Amino acid sequence: MHEELFGKLELSSIPYDSPIIMGAVGSAILMTLVVLGTVTWFRLWPYLWKEWFTSVDHKRLGVMYVILALVMLVRGFADALMMRSQQALAAGGQAGYLPPYHYDQIFSAHGTIMIIFVAMPFFVGLMNIIVPLQIGARDVAFPFVNAVSLWLTVISAWLVMVSLSIGNFSHAGWSGYPPLSENGYSPGPGVDYWIWSLQLGGIGTLLTGINFFVTIVRMRAPGMTWMRIPIFTWTILVTTVLIMLAFPVLTVTLALLTLDRYLDMHFFTNDLGGNLMMFPNLFWSWGHPEVYIVILPAFGIYSEITATFSRKRLFGYTSMVYATIAIAILSFGVWLHHFFTMGAGANVNAFFGIATMVIAVPTGVKVFNWLFTLYRGRIHFATPMLWTLGFIITFCIGGMAGVLLSVPPADFMLHNSEFLVAHFHNMLIPGALFGYFAGYTYWFPKVFGFKLDETWGKRAFWAWITGFYLAFMPLYGLGLMGMPRRLVQYGNLDWQPYLLVAMAGTGLIALGILFQIIQLGVSILHREALRDTSGDPWDGRSLEWSLPSPPPLYNFAVIPEVTDLDAFTRMKREGHSPPPSRSYEDIHMPRNTPAGMGVGVAALIFGFAMVWHIWGIAFFSLITVVMILVARAAVEDVEWVIPAHEVARMEEVRS
Amino acid sequence: MGPIKNCYIRVSGRVLAFQTSFPDFSLFMRRILWSCLPILLLATPAAQAGHWVLLDPKGPIARDESSLMLTAFGLMLVVVIPVFVMTFLFAWKYRASNEQAPYTPDWDHSAGIEAVVWLVPTALILILSVMVWQSSHRLSPYRPLASPVPPLHVQVVAMDWKWLFIYPDLGLASINRLVVPVDTPLSFQITSDSVMSSFFIPQWGGQIYAMGGMKTRLHLLVDQPGVYDGLNTQFSGEGFYGMTFRAEALSRADFSRWTREAPRGQPVLDPITFNRLEEPSEHVPPQLYSAVTPHLFDQIIRKYSGMP
Repeated sequence: MHEELFGKLELSSIPYDSPIIMGAVGSAILMTLVVLGTVTWFRLWPYLWKEWFTSVDHKRLGVMYVILALVMLVRGFADALMMRSQQALAAGGQAGYLPPYHYDQIFSAHGTIMIIFVAMPFFVGLMNIIVPLQIGARDVAFPFVNAVSLWLTVISAWLVMVSLSIGNFSHAGWSGYPPLSENGYSPGPGVDYWIWSLQLGGIGTLLTGINFFVTIVRMRAPGMTWMRIPIFTWTILVTTVLIMLAFPVLTVTLALLTLDRYLDMHFFTNDLGGNLMMFPNLFWSWGHPEVYIVILPAFGIYSEITATFSRKRLFGYTSMVYATIAIAILSFGVWLHHFFTMGAGANVNAFFGIATMVIAVPTGVKVFNWLFTLYRGRIHFATPMLWTLGFIITFCIGGMAGVLLSVPPADFMLHNSEFLVAHFHNMLIPGALFGYFAGYTYWFPKVFGFKLDETWGKRAFWAWITGFYLAFMPLYGLGLMGMPRRLVQYGNLDWQPYLLVAMAGTGLIALGILFQIIQLGVSILHREALRDTSGDPWDGRSLEWSLPSPPPLYNFAVIPEVTDLDAFTRMKREGHSPPPSRSYEDIHMPRNTPAGMGVGVAALIFGFAMVWHIWGIAFFSLITVVMILVARAAVEDVEWVIPAHEVARMEEVRS
Repeated sequence: MGPIKNCYIRVSGRVLAFQTSFPDFSLFMRRILWSCLPILLLATPAAQAGHWVLLDPKGPIARDESSLMLTAFGLMLVVVIPVFVMTFLFAWKYRASNEQAPYTPDWDHSAGIEAVVWLVPTALILILSVMVWQSSHRLSPYRPLASPVPPLHVQVVAMDWKWLFIYPDLGLASINRLVVPVDTPLSFQITSDSVMSSFFIPQWGGQIYAMGGMKTRLHLLVDQPGVYDGLNTQFSGEGFYGMTFRAEALSRADFSRWTREAPRGQPVLDPITFNRLEEPSEHVPPQLYSAVTPHLFDQIIRKYSGMP
């Protein structure tokens, strides 16, 4: 009876006996209660439900994506703090404070969270907000699908958080190589949490990819030819193609591992005909394009910001577009460089090594184009520009390490070392995260109508970048000293000073995050002084800046005519006058619906039930998902109309 | 923080007001220097401590791999140093407050510059590609080393969480201790009795994976006697951190004496002992076995290669 109702779930699945985990769970629950209490106290539930949870507005969904990313950043960073402090302590026979059981889960969760639940929702949020505004569209192609994507991503992150208190998370690393991730070596629910959170989140991402691909291809304003698409939107277009090609591979790979774990099949086991080498090949066929999925949008943001704050057209726009496409194509031909040491022949290793290096060419072109955008510009060192300059320098160091690792015999030495850890953090933190922070600061006034405080923004930048160098440069040294990654304890006392420096760096980054939180608070307090009344606080160049901040529900009262790459700069020069009111027409807007959130909640129950083998609930929740989707598809009245006179009135109120 | 300063930019008749608390570039540079200070303070004493094993190779393979890293690094500086210089130079010279600097808001293309930025990295990558092609073949772990001395064969098994070394020609085996002669090609056959692991002795040369049901190869040579660290670099579960071993290189005379004298009185690695060894354990002290079940290595591989 217990098994039918609860599957493998038992009261003892909750780790009461572990003070560290219970502390984390306690603080998470406490914070949730504070938030819930505040919302209830101020009677915000109806507002949140009507304006946010049921919203299909791309701007609202984007904001919720970014909030998810920021919350998960704090969680992922807490994992980083624990790992750094453990390694700073656990030298020369000392055990530190984390046993391997916890430490192994922490680094697995850290990787999964930072890639899937920080980097992905952060850029997806920014693209949700900005892409329709940049291409002169009123919404995305499939607004309801957009809501489904958001809620699938949110509940996947929830599933990871739930694993903290009920059961455990995977200990097999974020890449989950079998046979370690097979039942024989990981019998608990941990790997299943990892599988289902990646699987459900991955489906959300795939839907987003399709949605934005169609949006950009089909919904651009008249006159916006391919070579007039703003560079950020171009990078997003290429990213969506990568998502559509790469994420199905992840879905299938995880499905095969699921069959191994749930139905005792043998795709990736050591024995009975399984081939564990297939998994790394499949995983990185998704995983390497995934790196570019999170980095290309940041490249787009840097390009926008460099041009805007240099008060100058982007240098070599055409080169930038082709370089982006080249990177995307090449990214599918390099996956083997993640395992040169698997014993492939010299020809295979050399091919993948050279293919990897070739990516350095278009990437180098981009760096030079940013530099020549600075050249003969009028550079304003606002916070977004600081993130960009910090990125250019720091990214080059990581790039050098990357080319080094792409030489197979050099990789034989550096593979699986702290050098590698330093390298990919050196790519992903300046290459992606700094870009998202820059975009967050740059577009914040567009979304909320007031700028973020510059003083605290700059303090955050300096704390982050100094902390970054302190935290990761020592790891390059440790790699050369032969320290492997993922060590919970070590005997070599030579390593400890470097790990202490890295720990200090993490402390500075913590300060940076604290400054960002203060920045947000200070900016909200001083929002009247920081108010953006013009809609164009940075002297921007693309269409989003032609709108008031925040933009109206329908974005564009009149769809603009695009005559130049820097469409808004052109409008400003030629004298931008508001359109005469008679040109307003009725605007069709998608209706809000709770169905997106409904799909998410049912999917969360499904994921949880699958993790714990509660087959009945899993079956019914899956049926619920299908039924919600069918019911939604049957609804014909999914739009409402803002009449032309109402548009005219709203525009008048604004101006 | 600097004082807030008003900046005005004129765009075709329209004056845009712009506020910045960052009026002076020297402040920017000062801040960069300040943020470098803790890095220097902490990094300098630390960099003197520690043994940079990857840069201290003790055999021709490791030496070649190590110098390859340094060469590739040097070549890349050709592109990266100009980038660093240009970033600081351009950011300094074209700061908004420097009104003497030329300003070309509509300049966005130059065939000459575009050619250089595509061709220079391409040329560099071409050179590196030749290096990759040649070194991948020269240093392929599968390539036997040419030497007048006959090679020493060692079979390596990754277990939870220790290394088993079998000397098929000598009839010896050991746990977590690899003893070899110097100036003798070492021919390793590697497999795993558990999950994927990676066999690595940094000062002897690069690593290769150990995988269940499969046999990978590695050819190394060490030319200086000594005791070296060996390890698994591929995370393999809870005891991963305790999966290190002692790699000892003896002179050839010492090695032949060791093969005669060391096994005396040591236990035998029979199937019962082996089954006990398969129990997960970490930080296992080195143990030599004076004899080993014949074909144990092949049995371990066969264990995983059966079909249902």
